[in-house]
Amino acid sequence: MSLSLLFYIAAFIAVGSAIFVVLNKNAVYSAILLVVCFFSLAMIYLLLEAYFLAVLEIFIYAGAIMVLFLFVVMLLNLGREKAAPHFMKFQQATSLMLVLLFFFGIFLIMINGSGELHQPLSKFSAGNVYALGEALFTKFLLPFEVASLLLLVALIGTVYLGKRKIL
Amino acid sequence: MIVPLEHVIALSLALFSIGVLGVLFRRNAITIFMSIELMLNAVNLALVGFSRYYNSVDGQVFVFLVMALAAAEVAVGLAIIIALYRNHQTVNIDEINLMKN
Repeated sequence: MSLSLLFYIAAFIAVGSAIFVVLNKNAVYSAILLVVCFFSLAMIYLLLEAYFLAVLEIFIYAGAIMVLFLFVVMLLNLGREKAAPHFMKFQQATSLMLVLLFFFGIFLIMINGSGELHQPLSKFSAGNVYALGEALFTKFLLPFEVASLLLLVALIGTVYLGKRKIL
Repeated sequence: MIVPLEHVIALSLALFSIGVLGVLFRRNAITIFMSIELMLNAVNLALVGFSRYYNSVDGQVFVFLVMALAAAEVAVGLAIIIALYRNHQTVNIDEINLMKN
């Protein structure tokens, strides 16, 4: 029971920090709050017995990606964001309505779905690194190799975009 | 499972909706990028929840691949934002209309 309480605490922190990421006008604060959100998500991964992914979440997201974000925010030396022009208000209201509609639509489907989702499973053996590595190098070998190719393409693209005269 | 699957999916849904709102509401390209990261994480959470529920490791492999994709996407996207800022001195997406004329 205390573990499920931990889940709800982490979920509360994740949603709260995500809301402030979106609402905050200062990009540096948004980045720091996003790190908080990633840490609470890593805790949820731990509680769902995805131990390797919890570590990866902290390494890749909180470590690599957010450092990159903070570097760029500080490099660009941005001021506070300007308020949206008047004609944007209608668009914002419409998008808010649509997102809320999407949220409650899926929420209703989830609530009215089949009642079998509560059934707990007895033992989870897939959470360990061994099972993940075995799946990655046998069943998903081709996607794994394609991912490495993707990282190479991203590397070359970034080096090209870093040159002086483009756009 | 320590919590019902619905609660994990509800959390994922909430994070995804917040991310969509961030993309639609904010005018700062960097904050929009952070909202995209939030949406990717919401999808990752749903995949981990289903993987735990069905006792299968496949969902976690997908999360692994999504993380690799997110890293590549962030590197290229931030390089594009820096190039834009260098040439236009702004990251406000309303003022960037290269394709318009």
